[in-house]
Amino acid sequence: MHFHKYEKIWLSFGIVSLIVFLSVVGVSAFSQNHTPSGGMDTIDPEKVNETAPFDNPGVTQLDEDTYQVAIVALAFGYNAPDLRVPAGKEIIFKVTSTDVVHSFTIDNTKVNMMVVPGRITTKSYTFEEPGKYLILCNEYCGTGHHMMSTEIEVY
Amino acid sequence: MIAQPERKIALWHLGVAYTAFLIGTLMGVLQVFIRNDALQLPAWLDYYQILTAHGVLLALIYTTFFIFAFFITGMSKSLGSFGPKVRLFSWIGLWVTLLGTIMATVLIIAGEASVLYTFYAPLKANGFYYVGLALVIVGTWISSFALVGHYMVWRRNHKGQLSPLFAFMTVTTIILWIIACLGVVATVLFQYIPWAFGWTDTINVELSRSLFWYFGHPLVYFWLLPAYIAWYTIVPKLLGVKVFSDSLARLAFVLFILFSIPVGFHHQLTEPGISNFWKFLQVVLTFMVIVPSLMTAFSMFATFEISGRKKGGTGLFGWFKKLPWRDIRFTSIFIAMAFFIPGGAGGIINASFQLNEVVHNTLWIVGHFHITVGTPVAMTFMGLTFWLIPYLTGRRFTKRMQRLGFVQIITWSIGMLLMSTAQHVLGLMGAPRRTAYSGYNGHPSAMEWFDGIISNHVTMAIGGTILFLSAMILMYIVIMTMFVSPKAETPDQMVEFPLAESDMSHTPKWLENWWIWIGIAAALIIIAYAIPLTHMIQHAPPGSKGFITW
Repeated sequence: MHFHKYEKIWLSFGIVSLIVFLSVVGVSAFSQNHTPSGGMDTIDPEKVNETAPFDNPGVTQLDEDTYQVAIVALAFGYNAPDLRVPAGKEIIFKVTSTDVVHSFTIDNTKVNMMVVPGRITTKSYTFEEPGKYLILCNEYCGTGHHMMSTEIEVY
Repeated sequence: MIAQPERKIALWHLGVAYTAFLIGTLMGVLQVFIRNDALQLPAWLDYYQILTAHGVLLALIYTTFFIFAFFITGMSKSLGSFGPKVRLFSWIGLWVTLLGTIMATVLIIAGEASVLYTFYAPLKANGFYYVGLALVIVGTWISSFALVGHYMVWRRNHKGQLSPLFAFMTVTTIILWIIACLGVVATVLFQYIPWAFGWTDTINVELSRSLFWYFGHPLVYFWLLPAYIAWYTIVPKLLGVKVFSDSLARLAFVLFILFSIPVGFHHQLTEPGISNFWKFLQVVLTFMVIVPSLMTAFSMFATFEISGRKKGGTGLFGWFKKLPWRDIRFTSIFIAMAFFIPGGAGGIINASFQLNEVVHNTLWIVGHFHITVGTPVAMTFMGLTFWLIPYLTGRRFTKRMQRLGFVQIITWSIGMLLMSTAQHVLGLMGAPRRTAYSGYNGHPSAMEWFDGIISNHVTMAIGGTILFLSAMILMYIVIMTMFVSPKAETPDQMVEFPLAESDMSHTPKWLENWWIWIGIAAALIIIAYAIPLTHMIQHAPPGSKGFITW
């Protein structure tokens, strides 16, 4: 098979770029822990309200620098009372659903978590700036999908 | 001209395709006005019904029927007339696909299936919606097997020869499609249908999502490859040259069989139930598919330059001016290709693992969709429509129609540029996709999204309106060339099927040994999917009941 000289240059440039892109993404992911939300924990979707930590949703301080926020997503809202967390501390979000698939997305941040019934999605995030952040659902969940939102206050 | 029976089958496909296009684009223009708060739907009609119909009719039905019309015509043209069995099964395929389409559409209109075309469980539609979708797939398989049968007869009669490039590429696309469909067939048949009819109580949600996306990503290559076929085999003829390199064209296509399937997790990067290792592995495999796309880009520009220089273009870029810009069949496809440059680059961003968090399920994705399938693919199909319908009906493609073709292509480009740019920018700012009009109770950051010069509801609505006008011009051209335009009487009035010559003398035979490519594809799929899917089944949480939330 014959490759034109220019095509060899073009493809080599392309393939080298791909390797560079993938290395940047991979190093950032696995050596600096910049991985997207996820997690392998499971839960019975019918028993969410009696399973820890979702039996007591909201903010819990784990230690001096770490807070956990447990949230239950349901059509069309979030069961997460009194969402107030400090800036500059690690916040671990744990979200699950009692009905269909939703998302837990905090505007102006990198928190963008798919919420799947039967699973617990986890994401660690540290807010830099205090303020009131909009939380919304960006996975279609039914007639009221565009009404599904709440707010988190960072102090 | 190809035989009358094949022309009839192809024209029926085009008729269904453009009926779906008409309804689908109407749904599209309604959406931009609802999102703009300029339009209130009557109580019996819901935004998400319209959204479901828009997605299903354009992304699934228009594309599929158009693709088979193109394949049937091209296979008859390049391999010769169909035998009686191939014809019969092509008809059966058409009717089964159409039956499935009608079932699904009726249920969407009846409000029994507002689950969008991704139909994520545990949203539970009427069971017959899933049966309809299954019939669409089965119908395409019947049509596919008819074409493969035609190809096998040709191979038997031409022992030791490579098949013509068009046939090779059609078979590649069909192999890709059959392997891809296995995922959606498995989930619909064994998960959704038993659950929707109440034979099982619950569904394994994460497994259904993964099987859907095993299908969902190669689905986009099922749309793209027929456009690539046109770029490789039709465009050089319009330019008056041969295919740039037959062997590289074939190599690019088989690479798509390998690298477009084991990549579905890149649609699931922000969800639980799949470990980071498997997500990242599929990200790497996703990036591999860029290689054949770069090869295609090179071939296209090489073809352009060779043609331009042959026509007397000199200097570094002089050849560019010599391209046949006044030929709407060429200009439409050229603009389609140009849209694929930002489209492809956006795709690399979306698949970049943690970067996906910034754009996942935002309007950015909707913008991306419209400058990949909505323009490079759809506009290539439009460029083919201009000659395909008159070729099949034996009518003329008159000067007036050609001028209208230009108006149509230019309006589509402008409309799409406005709408998709607005969507990209809004998405980057955080505006979610798939939502009816919402100001999130006037939350300041939601208000901020829509304040920009480009990022506002008006830009999107203007873009959408221009697109709809363009679609209606296309419908006019389709109806005219199908039923009204004068019949071609002299040879120079006849519309040709512009199929370029391809020099196969240096093409290695192993490229057409399908078992090599199917074998490697199967191995890659097993590597990418076997362990994570097994884990999903063995460590499944209690399943989900169905919910009807619309």
